[in-house]
Amino acid sequence: MKKAVIRRAAAAVMILALTLALSVAAYASDGEYRTLDEIKDSGVINIGVFSDKSPFGYVDENGDYQGYDVYFANRIGEDLGVEVNFVSTEAASRIEYLQTGKVDIILANFTVTEERAEEVDFALPYMNVSLGVVSPEDAVIESLDDVGEDDQVIVISGTTAETYLTKNEPDIKLQKYDAYAEAKTALENGNGVAWANDNTEVMAFAIENPGFVVGIPTLGSADTIAPAVTKGNDTLLDWLNEEIKSLGEEEFFHADYEATLLDTYGADYEETLVVEGGLVAGAGETADAPVETAKAGG
Amino acid sequence: MRSLGLDVLFKGKNFLRLLGGLWVAVRISLISVVISIALGLVMGMLMTGKNRVLKAVFRVYLEIVRIMPQMVLLFVVYFGTTRVFGWDLSPEASAIAVFSFWGTAEMGDLVRGALIGIPRIQYESAEALGMTTAQVYLQVILPQAVRRLIPLSINLITRMIKTTSLVMMIGMVEVLKVAQQIIEANRKASPNAAFGLFAVVLLMYFAICWPISRLASYLEKRWA
Repeated sequence: MKKAVIRRAAAAVMILALTLALSVAAYASDGEYRTLDEIKDSGVINIGVFSDKSPFGYVDENGDYQGYDVYFANRIGEDLGVEVNFVSTEAASRIEYLQTGKVDIILANFTVTEERAEEVDFALPYMNVSLGVVSPEDAVIESLDDVGEDDQVIVISGTTAETYLTKNEPDIKLQKYDAYAEAKTALENGNGVAWANDNTEVMAFAIENPGFVVGIPTLGSADTIAPAVTKGNDTLLDWLNEEIKSLGEEEFFHADYEATLLDTYGADYEETLVVEGGLVAGAGETADAPVETAKAGG
Repeated sequence: MRSLGLDVLFKGKNFLRLLGGLWVAVRISLISVVISIALGLVMGMLMTGKNRVLKAVFRVYLEIVRIMPQMVLLFVVYFGTTRVFGWDLSPEASAIAVFSFWGTAEMGDLVRGALIGIPRIQYESAEALGMTTAQVYLQVILPQAVRRLIPLSINLITRMIKTTSLVMMIGMVEVLKVAQQIIEANRKASPNAAFGLFAVVLLMYFAICWPISRLASYLEKRWA
């Protein structure tokens, strides 16, 4: 009896201490970061990228990092005159890496959101993301109005596409699947008139599967992908923004697309996906915005 | 028969990369296992002792290890220590710390169980012969306890080896992560590579865990 009481008391004290330690961990000083000069002096910049998200950040058979994000990261290293140390990050740990200063920049297909912007500082964007809809080429869905009353649209449960359609198009009937492979089979079998998913996913699907076309390449809120730095690291943030602007003049991200994404998404979506010079088409058009340029290849 | 994507395995340095990843997993788990066994033996002996405060502390420690997912511990050690103390632990040091923290607790409990299982008469007889406490443990109790411990600790060790895949969360590239990288990099060229590669990873884990389990049953028989 007495023993049990002591044990409980000790457990309570330990749990209290642990909670305290964890909450201190959560609120303790952020802002552990290296300024631009410190990075230059050290000769190495640590950049967090994905190592298994082809074609944005992946590792090739020789063990070298490749992809759209990595192509940009290498250019950053070159222009800063430092070596790039790639750190393999997971989606769930990207913010932690920045907040503890364990990487200087995250270039891991990081979508800009309001919640994230409270935790980290985003630089200018370099890519667009939104939803897209793919359908068979003999019955193309070019707008959500084309979806008939009895037609069903295929979505994967838990994706942004499901959330968006449920919220904004409550009249459209959805056919939900848990896995990518199931949704793919359902579309091929004609169980639904179209499939809504991230636009990069449906574009890649249409390229890999002849007979299907992306009738709606962008749908819903247009989001952007941008580099992120530790909150408050203004020297690095300013440098990145200047870098992205000046890279716009040489159409760097178009070259990046052609080197890394062309195989997966084809030339048709280059203008849809690429953001050049940090200027998102449609949002505040500027005269010198190099947005509409020759459509590469056709 | 459809291709299992095994051609991907021998593309470029892929196979060497997988072996390198396996070495990372084995290195972390072996170092942690050695630390866990050493500290676990001491902890187990203290847990069967008479000091109530010490026993309570160990009890709470064990509960914490059981309640906290290893991934949370990895985050707390790798990122948390940087935030709170400004330490910049390497991913490997953090991983070894977490796996040893976990292993010591579980090992300690196993040792405690094994020691309790030894009949009191063994302790009493040894003491009656005039042995010191150290002699009682080293010459009479531990040799018997270790034999009971072997099957249980093998279970713990192989579990630790398999759990090392979590270190990918703190940026370490171990065998499973390398496999994922290879699968993704070849998603278009060999869409079936996933099956073949995961089968290879399975064989690699087996090749590590099976000898350990064989060694254990050999020792069990030999010391019986």
